[in-house]
Amino acid sequence: MTAYLIRRAIGALWVVVGVAVTVFVILHLTGDPAAVMMPLESTPQEIAQFRHNRGFDRPLWLQFGTFAWSALHGDFGDSLRHGEPALGLALERVPASVELALAAISLAVLVAIPAGILAAVRRNSLLDILARVFSLIGQSMPVYWLGIMLILLFGVQLGWFPVSGIGGLKHLVLPAITLGLFSMAKVMRLTRASMLDILQSDFLRTARAKGVLPLRLILHHALRNAWLPIVTVIGVEIGSLISQAIITETIFGWPGIARLAVQAIYDRDYPIVEVVVILAAVSFVAINLLVDVLYAALDPRIRYE
Amino acid sequence: MASASIAAKGVIDLDEHVRRRPFVFVLFSGGATIVGGLIVLAVTLCALLAPWIAPHDPNAQNLAINFKPPSWVVGGDQAYPLGTDNLGRDILSRIIWGSRVAGLVGLSAVAIGGIIGVSLGIIAGYFGGLADDIIARVADVQLAFPAVLLAIAVVGVIGPSLLTVIATIGITGWVQYVRVVRAEALSLREREFVVAAVATGASQARILARHILPSIASSITVLATFEVARAIILESALSFLALGVPPGVPSWGTMLADGRQYLDTAWWLGLFPGLAISFTVLGVNLFGDGLRDALDPRSR
Repeated sequence: MTAYLIRRAIGALWVVVGVAVTVFVILHLTGDPAAVMMPLESTPQEIAQFRHNRGFDRPLWLQFGTFAWSALHGDFGDSLRHGEPALGLALERVPASVELALAAISLAVLVAIPAGILAAVRRNSLLDILARVFSLIGQSMPVYWLGIMLILLFGVQLGWFPVSGIGGLKHLVLPAITLGLFSMAKVMRLTRASMLDILQSDFLRTARAKGVLPLRLILHHALRNAWLPIVTVIGVEIGSLISQAIITETIFGWPGIARLAVQAIYDRDYPIVEVVVILAAVSFVAINLLVDVLYAALDPRIRYE
Repeated sequence: MASASIAAKGVIDLDEHVRRRPFVFVLFSGGATIVGGLIVLAVTLCALLAPWIAPHDPNAQNLAINFKPPSWVVGGDQAYPLGTDNLGRDILSRIIWGSRVAGLVGLSAVAIGGIIGVSLGIIAGYFGGLADDIIARVADVQLAFPAVLLAIAVVGVIGPSLLTVIATIGITGWVQYVRVVRAEALSLREREFVVAAVATGASQARILARHILPSIASSITVLATFEVARAIILESALSFLALGVPPGVPSWGTMLADGRQYLDTAWWLGLFPGLAISFTVLGVNLFGDGLRDALDPRSR
């Protein structure tokens, strides 16, 4: 297990390095960042001065070397707009994003897993049909449209929830539903399919014949064996929340890291974009690693060599 | 006696094989697939026939008639069934024309992602070795890069245009194909008919074109269907963030972004484009589900 973890950690490191290189190259695709970063009315001398100060006139590989070396020391440069260290600005926004993501994924899992199990156990019942329709529609709606419609209905028309900003639990409701609904639909569909598979298996028929109580049958015998694909898809969903959060945070004015990134792209604030993308990649590989370790805990047959 | 019954059984098996139902019947045997197919057909017809079926010019502005509600609401006008927007443009006409952008982006992005992904997947799976390692590493990097953020960054740097949007969405989509194609090519490489082809001295190109590609075609088709849905959602998301198609082109995402400012007074500006996206994606997903069931030999 330890050897496996070390190998995976090295692989994860490569991924983060690859992401850093990619974002660096994309942001330097324009050839001259100075020209786009400086205000339109700048004179050629000012632009040349800026270019020299920032080191943009040096070869690209040298620039990347400096960037990588500083980044390893936690220095991603100062934000061009705010004049403060980019890493600090990004980290400040992390708690708000984590709060929203945790709320969204908890909501998704707490609704989807029980609903998926019930739908599978009571196959073709009204509940099953509702669950299937919901997971189809939930996976077809664009996140931002759902957000807008929730704002329209519960914010503007009914006035139940605030539609923008961060605050107490009330502020969290609409963004969390918006961000979580797609994952909810996906996890529900997979839980149902996975449970249906297991419920038809021979060992479950045996357990039923032995007279195992229905609740114990479902939770102890069936769910334990259905966990693996469900945990996998939850892991994938947490990873994709980072992408979905970009739009959710923008719509609801949520002061998270994704909104910071979008604003930074509009402002051409490259240091911030770089640091956010790298943080996103780090959390993505960390979640994936965690899911793989969870596999071994959930299924004793899995042993990593 | 025993051999006779075996022979008889063999004949029956053969008969069943011959009488297998045609693919189209299998595909449309479920109600959901029919609904999905009809939705896809309707959107396709809208895109192809937009100039003839749209009641108005989608870009014709007329401030005298702006913010007209849908025709069934008080103050609505029969000539504008779904109402007009802040500039007095007909919403129905814009939605009909918007299907062109959705269809164009959906199909071309999937073609780009598919060509890159299938080629790399075959190289990784069939040839293996160093190329496989490199492709796997690059795929890991792509997966760890939030797709929307990557798209925003690329469009933000290069500048928004229809071409940039298509290329960006296409490039973010290749990983899914690589995963599927690589896995299938890996197992196909060891199958008897491929080994036999190698033994008879068939060229690599012939084996790939005649044996490998036809065998993975059905998985690619199903995957491509779902990728069309993903491309349509991503395009509208980019347009929504003002990083999509240029303002002159009617697109569902742009309509939603414009309508968002008038949410409290004119709900129809935000409702209908979103319904158009959701229905289209729903139709594509339903059709993809049906296609997967029909192409999966176990379900036939």
